[in-house]
Amino acid sequence: MIGFFREVARNRVLFLMIAPALLFFALFSYIPMVGVYYAFTNYSFDGGLFGSPFVGFDNFKFLVSSGELVTLTRNTILYNIVFILLSNFLQLVCAIFLAELPGRWFKKTSQSVMFLPFFISFVLVGAFVLNLFSSQNGLVPSLMAQLGLPHYDFYMHTAPWKYIIVFFHVWKGLGYGTVIYLAAIMGFSEEYYEAAKIDGANIFQRVRSITIPMLVPTFILLILLSLGGILKGQFDLFYQIVGQNGSLFNSTDIIDTYVYRSLAVNFDIGMGTAAGLYQSLFGMLLVLCVNYIIRKTREDYALF
Amino acid sequence: MKMEKSTIAFNAIGYVFLSILSILCLVPFLVIITGSLSSETDIIASGFQLIPKHFSLDAYRAMFTNPAQIYQAYKVSILVTVAGTAVGLFLTSMAGYVLSRKEFKYRNGLAFYIYFTTLFSGGLIPWYILIVNYLDMKDTYTSLVVPGLLSAWNIILMKNFMKSIPDSIVESAKIDGAGDFRIYFRLILPLSTPGLATIGLFMALGYWNDWFTANLFITTDSKVPLQFLLYKILASASVLKTSIAGNLSPNFQPPTETLKMAAAVVVTGPIILLYPFLQRYFVKGLTIGAVKG
Repeated sequence: MIGFFREVARNRVLFLMIAPALLFFALFSYIPMVGVYYAFTNYSFDGGLFGSPFVGFDNFKFLVSSGELVTLTRNTILYNIVFILLSNFLQLVCAIFLAELPGRWFKKTSQSVMFLPFFISFVLVGAFVLNLFSSQNGLVPSLMAQLGLPHYDFYMHTAPWKYIIVFFHVWKGLGYGTVIYLAAIMGFSEEYYEAAKIDGANIFQRVRSITIPMLVPTFILLILLSLGGILKGQFDLFYQIVGQNGSLFNSTDIIDTYVYRSLAVNFDIGMGTAAGLYQSLFGMLLVLCVNYIIRKTREDYALF
Repeated sequence: MKMEKSTIAFNAIGYVFLSILSILCLVPFLVIITGSLSSETDIIASGFQLIPKHFSLDAYRAMFTNPAQIYQAYKVSILVTVAGTAVGLFLTSMAGYVLSRKEFKYRNGLAFYIYFTTLFSGGLIPWYILIVNYLDMKDTYTSLVVPGLLSAWNIILMKNFMKSIPDSIVESAKIDGAGDFRIYFRLILPLSTPGLATIGLFMALGYWNDWFTANLFITTDSKVPLQFLLYKILASASVLKTSIAGNLSPNFQPPTETLKMAAAVVVTGPIILLYPFLQRYFVKGLTIGAVKG
């Protein structure tokens, strides 16, 4: 203890400089952790944190027995797996082409265009969905009508929304991920390619036997890192595309949208906190597992 | 040198592939713009089209009969973005600096204290209740700025960035009698400009595009930031108070669907204008940090 105070006295300024950050996380991260107690109560606004009746694991039991937790977990994980695999695959292919193609102007333009969606807000994605799919006057339904196809109301079917959500997720991250893969490719030594050319390898062979094998470690690392967050849903994406259309929830509800509705629509504080706590705990376990695997295989990339 | 057949095939596939993806990236923007330039009558009759049947500026005209709401939202967004980014960057860089100093005894413990918040959190609801019931921040500008000021990732990124600055610079400044804050402010900050620019841009983009915080906390119309205003307009065009009653033509439709699209254009326009500048810095920053933050 004395050593601690001596240290504080000696490095007073350094402690003062980091103090705001420490206070910030105490206030907005550590104090709310006490609030996970809501998950074990039947929250009432009069009772508050410790005045509401304690119900033990009832909220969790209800989430499990109603099947809600299974649906939410399944949706969250399946969406994330598709997001991760499809995004990384397309980003990788784009990066390979951008690295190999001639034509500076074309590459610059297409890279700029593909990076554009990264900068816009998810509210604008909501505007796109409104323009493209709205029941009364969406572009896609009216194009279908002009082609003589039967009337199709997107909001009456759950099937297309999976694809719409996946499309906009991939769409938004394409440019960002491409830059990361491109940076990795640019780091490869030219010598390999020169040697392969002299040996008479054509461009497909060069890509297949040099670029792709050398990108595999980056690819696996990025996938592993994303797998750690597989229980974290992208609230903005789902909420802006699906919103409050309850009839679509069965295939589009994720943990994050459920928690939000518990807070803002159903006022079911106990249940929402329980779902959030479940997500947080299992999310932490996942990150620890992923980190363990990375530590075993490529230590310098471990998170901690 | 003659091009090999395989190279020609490869290039053709590449150009087609990238062109299709580029077009898919642009189409949503184009349909918003053409939608905003359509006439409301056409939209009601036959829905949005790729190319409007009748070109019309009614939606923009309607919006700018009473632009005070949009201006106010712009003001809020600019204020929140500037304040949040400036304060956030200052606090992030100070924390990153302290954690990057090797002679600082508790740096590993404190780094873990900060990092742990990314591993486990109380979740949205306890956080919300704390801010509303205990900190009494509901419907304040503070609620738009303060809860998003710091992120553990940014601090770690900053720390790693500052670690790459040679120790000898700090050592020699110390010998010259410079204090810790002075070393940070006069030496380390100027040397960290690329890192500061990247993290600052990320923060600014986050604040500018944020609608969720306002959705949770803001109830007064005059405190609504831009993205949340757009969200409200998309839900119901009547949120935007326009005065276009004076139109006399018999089949005139007050713009609602086209008005939503015009609002989307007006809200997003500045980002698109700044885009060439933003993109350059982002690409630079990303390639510095590369895979690992």
